[in-house]
Amino acid sequence: MASRSGLLFSGSDWDFRTLSRAYETIEAIATEELHLDTYPVQMEIISSEQMLDAYSSVGMPLMYRHWSFGKHYLYQELLYRKGGRGLAYELVINSNPCIVYLMEENTMALQALVTAHAALGHNHFFKNNYLFRQWTDAGAILSYLDFAKGYIARCEERHGVDAVEEILDAAHALMEQGVFRYHRPPKLSSEKQREGLRERLEYEERSYNDLWRTLPPSKDGTKVRETDTMAERKKSLKLPEENLLYFLEKNSLILEPWQREVIRIVRVIAQYFYPQRQTQVMNEGCATFVHYTLMNLLFDRGLIGEGAMLEILRNHSNVIFQPGFDDPRFSGINPYALGLDMMQDIQRISTAPTAEDRDWFPDIAGNGDWRQTLLDAWANHRDESFIRQYLSPTLIRKWRFFVLADAANDPHYEVASIHNERGYESIRSALAHSYDIGASRPDIQVVDVDLLGDRHLRLQHKVKDGIVLEGGSRDATLRHIRKLWGYEVSMVAVDAQTGARLHERSTSQIGE
Amino acid sequence: MPIFIDRRLNPKDKSLGNRQRFLRRAREELKRTIRDQIRTGKIADVDAEHAVSMPARGTGEPSFNDARNSGSRQHVLPGNKHFSPGDRLPKPGQGGGMGSAPGRTESEDDFRFVLSREEVLDLFFEDLELPDMVKLNLKEILAFKPRRAGFAATGSPTNINVGRTMRNSHGRRIALRRPKQEDLDAIAQEIASLEAKPQNAEMRQRIVALQEEFDRLERRRKRIAYVDPVDIRFNRFDAQPVPNANAVMFCLMDVSGSMGEREKDLAKRFFVLLHLFLKRRYDRTEVVFIRHTHEAQEVDEETFFYNTQSGGTVVSTALEEMHRIVEQRYPSREWNIYVAQASDGDNFVTDSERCIALLDEQIMRLCQYFAYVEILDERESHIFGATDNGTSLWRAYSAVKLRWSNFQMSRIATAADIYPVFRQLFARQPGYQKSGERGG
Repeated sequence: MASRSGLLFSGSDWDFRTLSRAYETIEAIATEELHLDTYPVQMEIISSEQMLDAYSSVGMPLMYRHWSFGKHYLYQELLYRKGGRGLAYELVINSNPCIVYLMEENTMALQALVTAHAALGHNHFFKNNYLFRQWTDAGAILSYLDFAKGYIARCEERHGVDAVEEILDAAHALMEQGVFRYHRPPKLSSEKQREGLRERLEYEERSYNDLWRTLPPSKDGTKVRETDTMAERKKSLKLPEENLLYFLEKNSLILEPWQREVIRIVRVIAQYFYPQRQTQVMNEGCATFVHYTLMNLLFDRGLIGEGAMLEILRNHSNVIFQPGFDDPRFSGINPYALGLDMMQDIQRISTAPTAEDRDWFPDIAGNGDWRQTLLDAWANHRDESFIRQYLSPTLIRKWRFFVLADAANDPHYEVASIHNERGYESIRSALAHSYDIGASRPDIQVVDVDLLGDRHLRLQHKVKDGIVLEGGSRDATLRHIRKLWGYEVSMVAVDAQTGARLHERSTSQIGE
Repeated sequence: MPIFIDRRLNPKDKSLGNRQRFLRRAREELKRTIRDQIRTGKIADVDAEHAVSMPARGTGEPSFNDARNSGSRQHVLPGNKHFSPGDRLPKPGQGGGMGSAPGRTESEDDFRFVLSREEVLDLFFEDLELPDMVKLNLKEILAFKPRRAGFAATGSPTNINVGRTMRNSHGRRIALRRPKQEDLDAIAQEIASLEAKPQNAEMRQRIVALQEEFDRLERRRKRIAYVDPVDIRFNRFDAQPVPNANAVMFCLMDVSGSMGEREKDLAKRFFVLLHLFLKRRYDRTEVVFIRHTHEAQEVDEETFFYNTQSGGTVVSTALEEMHRIVEQRYPSREWNIYVAQASDGDNFVTDSERCIALLDEQIMRLCQYFAYVEILDERESHIFGATDNGTSLWRAYSAVKLRWSNFQMSRIATAADIYPVFRQLFARQPGYQKSGERGG
């Protein structure tokens, strides 16, 4: 009946044949109309419980076991049961093939929407955005997670759950400081190489001979000791180092090989998620733009019925709902809404620009080719640069953005800029800045350690705009670092502008 | 065409391992929380789901975070209605006012979550058990459980193993070359077809030969039975002795006039706890409720816990009633017998003597464990404290305690004492092997 009327589906029930037909139709239109370029897709149907489960283990289908995931599960379950939060209709994994989770409770109309959103929108973004292309390895992530899960399970068997938990707790505390921001991380080694590495470590453990330790030290060694100036030390350890986990993994003197591997696993996973956190607005915006455009095209071609379209639009408008700052429902800027609005704005600027747009965007205004303009933007930007480049005055007026200056010792906020001629630039720059992960996270680096001396590990926190670290969690985190490092750790806070030392905190002051 | 994988039928509870790790980590703190909740609330609440707040210690996930109240920063917000540059807005006080304008306040660590009934009870009754659960030596134990143990050539017809039997029969038929029905049918058909044709000598001869062959096969078929008694196999069962895990708990409660409302309430709460504990940890535990004034009477659970009745005090009646029930229904060689008695200790001196005699001569030999709980007035507890001086019954029982190692006694003065005393009475004995107990 569905095929006779030309509709892809009718009614709300779905089956695998309909899903497959819908995917093929949508994919054909996406390639033809939007020139999307995607990984092959693997769709997995899951229940709500499994969705909660994926939520709690950072959205990954495979994950090692850790108590904190159990805690997150309890939290998510509580929100879900109270009705405080609905579950996502889908979940998508940046991998090749791209894995899309569909909830079994979705109606067919929703499944079509989700297919367009995740299987095409997100998928295209993952495959083409420069951050993902350069920084993550979509082909290797699943096999790596599989390895990680198995490796940690084996460690638990061998060394006990408590010993593994201790390392994982400490490593999790440093996840934020476990990514390379400025240079590319090394590629994930293949399964075979990892296997070989592990075998070698095991061989070394087996064939360890204590006699080597008793050899007299060479005479050169003492000379090096004398000339071991601070500058040289830093050079040999490649200091300063922003990736604390990497530094500890490579240089800590007390860690056993398996502990290093566990730290490495946490570090690799942190690095894998780093691009996603930098492209939230763009990623969701791209997916939302794609599903909105595709669903309208399907409707225009008579492939979906009015009832289904109504359901789709209702869900779409829920997703892009953005309350104002004074609304009790306000919880920050909705990345779906901002992303979609900016992309539709780009479409407008390139097809029907106003004089103002020509002023602001001479490159793209009126170029007529919105498809290519968007494809370029998706491929070559992250949130910060995307907003800095494409947020238009029209949109600032539509959203009625304003900037509040907030100084800690001031009892008032002050409105710094609003949506007027003088404010556009500063609003755009402030908004872009707030999406710059590198700038908004505390800047903490390893600056010095004397491996042959007292092995005191020195960290430096560059304090920007007078924003210091929260004391309790800082101390707890330093304690974790001490666990991994084994010797004293201290962190000095230095003003980023003046270079003045603000204060210093050492693990000897904290106590166990 | 995308690949579809239906994961709905995958094993559920993928996150169970994580949940268990989490509970294990927070175990001590959760245990304390639950005990506090139960100490202050209704004791029957143990047997339900419990909402507990996230334990503060051991479950934090620290990281380097900016302090909210330092430095200067800018917030970009949507929905300006009437602000102009330079306008000043008062900052909201702690947790109020303009709500969430700058930043999120809700922390993932401030939430309550629900422990299932099982988890609550597990945490609550951890490390407790009935002492000396297995009463008798294995050789004396009369309980047996049949267990499959291979096959036998003899047995009762109900235990015939058809599969085995038919396999043997098939093998024997092949070995002895029992003619098949098809062969016989083929010969019979050939004879019939030959007889139908015009006859001549040669043909007649052939028919006779075939007829002989037919008879020979038929005889052979009769000699070699389809199923021979030799083929028959029976399922064999071994009677395996099982440790005696039958237990009966006698709850003896004094409801005489000297027990005030407060005392009765404390005693009842003690028994509720005991009842839950038994239900939780032991498979087949029977509970017998006996209450007594100047006379004792077996009652049902409902009456025991909720009925109010009063009278004088003759403690020995309860012991007699219990003894009578044991004789009647719970032969001590088949049952592990436990007794928990609660009283305020007021008793006639002569009757206390009688109690001693009953315990020494009869009851203590029958039972595994006898726990006596004395409900004290709060003022009395200051006077008696830990001394052995006390009520008539307490002094009498102290003598019994010296003679029997499986006799324990303790005092309860306030509701908060109930659980510690309960733990003390039923704490797992050091070095004692768990057996006959059902796992959590």
